[in-house]
Amino acid sequence: MSAASVTTQGWRAWLLAPEPKSRAQAKLGQAYLGWLAFRRNPLAMVGLGIILALLAVAALAPWIAPASPIAQDLSLRLLEPDATHWFGTDELGRDIFSRIVWGARITLTIVALVVVIVAPVGLVVGTAAGYFGGWFDAVLMRVTDVFLAFPRLILALAFVAALGPGIENAVIAIALTAWPPYARIARAETLTIRNADFIAAARMTGAGPMRILVGHVMPLCLSSLIVRVTLDMAGIIIIAAGLGFLGLGAQPPSPEWGAMIASGRRFLLDQWWVATIPGLAICTVSLGFNLLGDGLRDVLDPKQQ
Amino acid sequence: MTGAARRLRGMAEPLDAGQPMLAAEDLHVRFADVHAVRGAGFAVADGESYGIVGESGSGKSTVLRAVAGLNPNWTGSIRIAGETMGRHRPRSFHKRVQMVFQDPYGSLHPRHTVDRVLSEPLAIHGMDDAENRIERVLREVGLGPAFRFRFPHQLSGGQRQRVAIARALILEPQVLLLDEPTSSLDVSVQAEILNLLARLRAEHGLTFVLVTHNLAVVAHMCDRLAVMNQGRIVEELSVDQLRANEPAEAYTRQLLKASLGYDREAARALATFD
Amino acid sequence: MTGAKPLLEVEDLRVEFETRVGLVRAVRGVSFTVGREKVGIVGESGSGKSQTGRAILRLTPQPGRVTAKKLDFDGIDLLKADERTMRDIRGKRIAMVLQDPKFSLNPVMSVGKQIAEAYRAHGGVGAKEAERKALEMLAAVKMRDPERVYRAYPNELSGGMGQRAMIAMMLGTEPDLLIADEPTSALDVTVQMQVLAILDDLVTQRGMGLIFVSHDLNLVASFCDRVLVMYAGRIVEQLRASELSQAQHPYTQGLLAALPRIDRPVAELQVLKRDPAWLGEGA
Repeated sequence: MSAASVTTQGWRAWLLAPEPKSRAQAKLGQAYLGWLAFRRNPLAMVGLGIILALLAVAALAPWIAPASPIAQDLSLRLLEPDATHWFGTDELGRDIFSRIVWGARITLTIVALVVVIVAPVGLVVGTAAGYFGGWFDAVLMRVTDVFLAFPRLILALAFVAALGPGIENAVIAIALTAWPPYARIARAETLTIRNADFIAAARMTGAGPMRILVGHVMPLCLSSLIVRVTLDMAGIIIIAAGLGFLGLGAQPPSPEWGAMIASGRRFLLDQWWVATIPGLAICTVSLGFNLLGDGLRDVLDPKQQ
Repeated sequence: MTGAARRLRGMAEPLDAGQPMLAAEDLHVRFADVHAVRGAGFAVADGESYGIVGESGSGKSTVLRAVAGLNPNWTGSIRIAGETMGRHRPRSFHKRVQMVFQDPYGSLHPRHTVDRVLSEPLAIHGMDDAENRIERVLREVGLGPAFRFRFPHQLSGGQRQRVAIARALILEPQVLLLDEPTSSLDVSVQAEILNLLARLRAEHGLTFVLVTHNLAVVAHMCDRLAVMNQGRIVEELSVDQLRANEPAEAYTRQLLKASLGYDREAARALATFD
Repeated sequence: MTGAKPLLEVEDLRVEFETRVGLVRAVRGVSFTVGREKVGIVGESGSGKSQTGRAILRLTPQPGRVTAKKLDFDGIDLLKADERTMRDIRGKRIAMVLQDPKFSLNPVMSVGKQIAEAYRAHGGVGAKEAERKALEMLAAVKMRDPERVYRAYPNELSGGMGQRAMIAMMLGTEPDLLIADEPTSALDVTVQMQVLAILDDLVTQRGMGLIFVSHDLNLVASFCDRVLVMYAGRIVEQLRASELSQAQHPYTQGLLAALPRIDRPVAELQVLKRDPAWLGEGA
């Protein structure tokens, strides 16, 4: 056995120790077991690969992109994909590859902002409604129902129309329409957890409602929420692209993928690449999030453990 | 011995002579459409071990949960060490009264290590020296320090129940409410847990209220017992009376007979079905 | 046991599961026979007692593998029988009752319909006849109002009634052998007695064979004719139920001593000290 594999054995043994010496070791050990289970699912690994690639592309955009995403050169209009312009150029002579690369940042920003707003709101509203019950639950859930009653894209459209177009407003509009399902999931989970003996045991030790909600209920809701968020990412990206397509999201000349499709659709028959390439990018990333979400569900779902 | 042992350890002021540690009077518990407990009353002396037996639906666990403050839908009076209890229990109640649940698979949070389970009560009550207290209580319930950072799914049923007992003990309570603490365990593990509970009671001068359907467990663990049927305490008797096969009530006699094993003639004589 | 050939002969039965952590041997070479009598299989969780019962009906869950030198039921080799023969045998000639009736009954079909359905499938009788028989069997398991139970849905029955309904379904086809896996563990003691009395009658009056799988040593001792004590996938001791108190194997003795008893108070219960030697070879 080589020296490298011996050290590998070392940290693996530490992670898988049946008698961890600290909380951190115990938690990391569990995470490592989860990773081992996740790794066995090839499709999930593909999804993870896509998302990691997206992250890398977004982070390294200035170095990866050969040209500026907004620099116009009308002499290079609508060039077919070739060695210099891998994905061709658009109607203003901009390099589509560079625009896709920079567009990854916009897509990731939208996704990240939506998740940062939606997941905590859904989690807090849902767990609180489920745990306290009574009129509190009734009020929160009726509010949730009101939001759920509108078709998502229509509601987002209305918000953007009222707030004015732009990425920030698109994010707010998507977030406003995306939280209710999370609240529903968190509430449903909480209802099953609420009557568990370990919650009664926590109450017996004198734990208050805040401590029980944050320390006992939320960690158990979190995994199904993470899975749902990951699976929803695809939808969020598509709505964001849809708003961009309708001219209500990112504004020109920003290289947002949806807006790119919108401007490219006029040339779809003769210069297919202008609209198709950003479409493929959206497809790939959505697929990546979906595969990742499916894999995470298998690992995180507490019902399967 | 029990009261004296605790006083020596300086754990809490002694009760006045003759005052029960735990007393319930005219206890009623109502759920939406069920009157689960209909006027139950009993008193448990300091250091005593008191059993409540009955079949499913008799209301025995409901009584225990009402005493524990886990069920707000009760009326009547509950006093702990002379103090009248309301719907919401003060922090001092939880230091005095703790509970062990039936299902060791359900009573431990699946994502919390043993260490977290044991340190949380200490944090809530602002008790110092957590490190030593956790090590000590783990030793006391027969689990070494090796178990401290394990998750519940890495433990056997018996080990989990030991952790649950450790959680109850770490606040140094005077009263332990035990809700079928061994009914989901194998016979050999049950013996270990019952021995552990008996030892802890002797060492800490604990008062036990044990709810179970198993008459043999009550006979082994308790001094006195109440027999419940359809929300009422039908009879209160000493374990000696039970052993001598001298219950006054027909229901208790039937229960006792059925607990002794299968008996063709007894089965025939049982009251009608449904 | 009657002097005739036993109903069921099991020789060197093994049940193995291929898992990620390696081969798990749930049952490791178990041999016994069952005549028209009550045979108890006792053991703690993980002893292989339930898997033994399931293997007889070839109901071992995937990816389990069952092997045996002999698994012979009334002249039929259960290991070689094809799936059609097994379907015929299951429910009709060998029936099984599980611990929780809630999981065995279909929640969206009335209890009586399910019982009648079972009779029609196995007994080849018409709808009218099946209904008449279902009512008759519900009365036989001492339901006070068979008509009401017939129309009731499983969630409307108490645990004891559900279990008796299951027994009525299983016994209407007059099986030769009944495998009951912890049939009374979820029931109150008095209901348990009543259910056992029904099973007892069936064995003594109809000459059915009964395999009674349970963790409750006392119950098995008082109810069964013979007891097989299982430990870690093997039968460590076979004896007459009436002679359980004279058990020879330290495991059986240890289990008995670990039980608290109303009639025999002890200061401290004996704790079972497991001896690796009990595992036998190939553990």
